[in-house]
Amino acid sequence: MNRSARTWLARFCRLLPLPATLLLGGCHWALLDPKGPIGMDERWIIETAAGLMLLVVVPVIVLAVVIPWRYRASNTRATYQPEWSHSNKIEAVMWSIPIAIVAVLAVICWRTSHELDPFRPIPSTQKPVHIDAVALDWKWLFIYPDQHIATVNEVAMPVGVPVVFHITSATVMNSFFIPRLGSQIYAMANMETADNLVASVPGTYRGISANFNGDGFSGMTFKVKAMSGDDFKRWLARTATAKQALDADAYRTLEKASENVPVSYYSNVTPGLFRQIVMGRLAPGRLMADAATSTARRD
Amino acid sequence: MFGKLTLSAIPYTNPIIMGAVAFMAICVVAILGAITYLGKWKYLWTEWLTSVDHKKIGIMYLILAVIMLLRGFADAIMMRTQQALAYGSNMGYLPPEHFDQVFSAHGTIMIFFMAMPFIIGLMNCILPLQIGARDVAFPLMNNLSFWLTAAGAVLVNISLAVGNFSRAGWLGFAPLSELHYSPGVGVDYWIWALQISGIGTTLTGVNFIATILKMRAPGMTLMRMPVFVWASLCTNILIVAAFPLLTVTLGLLTMDRYLGMHFFSNSLGGDPMMYINLIWIWGHPEVYILILPLFGVYSEIVPTFSGKRLFGYTSMVYATMAIALLSLIVWLHHFFTMGNGADVNTFFGITTMIIAVPTGVKIFNWLLTMYRGRVRLDTPMLWTIGFLITFTLGGMSGVLLAEPPADFVLHNSLFLVAHFHNVIIGGVVFGVFAGLSYWAPKIFGFPLNERLGRWAFWCWFVGFYVAFMPLYALGLMGATRRMDHYNVAEWHPLFIVAAVGAAIIFVGISLQVAQVIVSIAQRERTRDLTGDPWNGRTLEWSIPSPAPAYNFARIPVVRERDAFWDMKQRGVDLKSSTFVPIHMPRNKAAGFIIGGCAFVLAFAMVWHIWWLAIAGLAGVIVTLIRHAFDDDRDYHLGADEVRRVEGLHGRVEARSM
Repeated sequence: MNRSARTWLARFCRLLPLPATLLLGGCHWALLDPKGPIGMDERWIIETAAGLMLLVVVPVIVLAVVIPWRYRASNTRATYQPEWSHSNKIEAVMWSIPIAIVAVLAVICWRTSHELDPFRPIPSTQKPVHIDAVALDWKWLFIYPDQHIATVNEVAMPVGVPVVFHITSATVMNSFFIPRLGSQIYAMANMETADNLVASVPGTYRGISANFNGDGFSGMTFKVKAMSGDDFKRWLARTATAKQALDADAYRTLEKASENVPVSYYSNVTPGLFRQIVMGRLAPGRLMADAATSTARRD
Repeated sequence: MFGKLTLSAIPYTNPIIMGAVAFMAICVVAILGAITYLGKWKYLWTEWLTSVDHKKIGIMYLILAVIMLLRGFADAIMMRTQQALAYGSNMGYLPPEHFDQVFSAHGTIMIFFMAMPFIIGLMNCILPLQIGARDVAFPLMNNLSFWLTAAGAVLVNISLAVGNFSRAGWLGFAPLSELHYSPGVGVDYWIWALQISGIGTTLTGVNFIATILKMRAPGMTLMRMPVFVWASLCTNILIVAAFPLLTVTLGLLTMDRYLGMHFFSNSLGGDPMMYINLIWIWGHPEVYILILPLFGVYSEIVPTFSGKRLFGYTSMVYATMAIALLSLIVWLHHFFTMGNGADVNTFFGITTMIIAVPTGVKIFNWLLTMYRGRVRLDTPMLWTIGFLITFTLGGMSGVLLAEPPADFVLHNSLFLVAHFHNVIIGGVVFGVFAGLSYWAPKIFGFPLNERLGRWAFWCWFVGFYVAFMPLYALGLMGATRRMDHYNVAEWHPLFIVAAVGAAIIFVGISLQVAQVIVSIAQRERTRDLTGDPWNGRTLEWSIPSPAPAYNFARIPVVRERDAFWDMKQRGVDLKSSTFVPIHMPRNKAAGFIIGGCAFVLAFAMVWHIWWLAIAGLAGVIVTLIRHAFDDDRDYHLGADEVRRVEGLHGRVEARSM
């Protein structure tokens, strides 16, 4: 190989990752550029499954063009076998190729469905942070039960520490989803679901409700702020100084339908508020006294 | 007196809606005026509206489907332009309450009133001919099915002018569709439109199962049936299995909304998750109800245009049956993200993937049928090749979504929207166009214009990719579906590209409208006099085009698969010398009247006009009873008349003339 060819080859090799760079350029391909291990695993599944299937899909698409062209009616030189319609050998191959691929995908399905079950705690040496998330019309309420603070449409989390979101809805079905971090899960009234996520890179990410829920749907986004442990502590301290408190009354006001709601902070969250919401005790129409007594009974 | 209905129900302050209403009103008035001017009311009534002839009912289904395609596509254009505009400070031109109706109507119309009538129309036009039958098993019930479907379609379109349509999506997920969150009449319109058309569809299912199982020509064993018949059999079994579920689910939702019950509400023990399960236990088989008949259509087109037997007929039949059965046990993949637990998700993930096996086999079968054939690339074949390419991609994204953890990030995203349009446009829509251009000579007696058909195909094919590939990308960027507005700058260019794609498809649809007009104008020149313009293989091509009212002057005897091909090989003479009287069903108005009364009932229920609802229901029941006592249901078409009609097509042997 002469020198110029070698340079050419070296140049070519440098260009190889280019399509990937172009594709991921600007980093706005949220699902292909995740910021946490759950999202990374899910990206691996998408890429692996797509890659495996492309092994068949590409040849099929090529054949779908080549065969009709090769055997076009005007090409009388091509073999013509009008009665040929069966071959055990070919049929065996025909059934086994998709079976083989589906078998591999099924194994991946079994393993990853269990590993990436949103309810499954993320193994870590760090103690997880618990955050309660409530879908309201049309905003997200986040309660930090251990710190007794709450926020609307903003959630902060420390990087590298597993976060357990306990999720419910005080309205129709919603879906709690932070595309950069991975797995979404439904938020449903009278139900508590969980989403275990962790961020590995600091940054501000987009959170949404991924299930249509009415007129205010498009504006129901929230900011996810992934920050260092120290920053997180400072954020908690700052939020704890918020003027508004969140008790049953304040919650009932907040719960009323509103759209494109700005971020707000609450300190002094009534203990057990999330449980009350899950049990439907704060739903419109329930008597305050009823809620108050049951709170007393439970806590 | 008029329940909730007042003059304020007409949205005369909204220029977009009123424009659409005015356009629809002008069209309706123009058509009615033209019929009156031409003095065709009696003809229309006796020959079409009350017809029990499966071929005419089929054509009425096709007309309904085409009109609804235009309506549903207008909704699509509105959504694409809104999303192309509504970035950042621009809110677009559709406020959420209107945008939400548009996407709900788009899905409802395209599935229930475009795709379903299209496939049922094709089945009606072709299936009895393929099995050598003179009609379907229950001709009047067939007419009734059509009018129930049409009544539902009219109801959806009335909602544009009077009141509003549902804003809860095409499947009306509870609890959003409950009275508390959707207090208006929109969801009620949706419920009643689906309820009456759904009953019509169930009756169709019963009708075609009976037809296929009981009315095949002598010698046509199950394993000699054309694959389109097999596919239709599977589809109609699925209809009968699944549609009652829709009826019940909608019935329970109706009780929640009208009687204050709590099956699916958030309170008093209601269970919205049950609604999601029930609607998808119907909804998933529904998508296979749509695609299976088109798999059948492709299986007819490929051998015909390759001049070759279908490869792997037995595989094809088993694959179709396997898909039909599997389609009943995959519904949960529509909500892996509900928190079902890993074991449940795995089960439904794997059953979903398994569907790729028989589907893949079918794709290989079609490829191998073309292999060593003589492939004629007419329009039906173009749609078929377009389908093979597009559907394979759509199948791939479908299997990807069947991996639960992949679905955890792709669920409800635009990736999903791209996926199901990929399979529905690439499979169902391409399929009905393929079928329509293939069978047009048989259905109408003249072919559709080839040149315009080709152009239309290329516009649809290119337009599809330009419109939906950006949606795949947007899904991977974390964009969810059903947004009337967004703030992410990177999404904006892709939404604009998608709108351009919709515009290209619009050109395709315009060319198809032109194609229909040109084809009708040229019909005298292009008439199919042979009855067999494509060198066909199945029985529908053995009779004149368009098929006479009685279909077969003499019922054929089948000795092989590809029965007509076999007859041609053996040199069977299609002419007859002796004719016998043919037993025919008589046209009846009962189907039309019941459909009309069902419409009145549904409209009255939507607006809580109880006396009118009772009148509508009474109309339905009285008409049914009256029909039960009507003995004048059939007649014999004389042998001379049969001889005369056959003579027109040159099917009478010279010595007997």
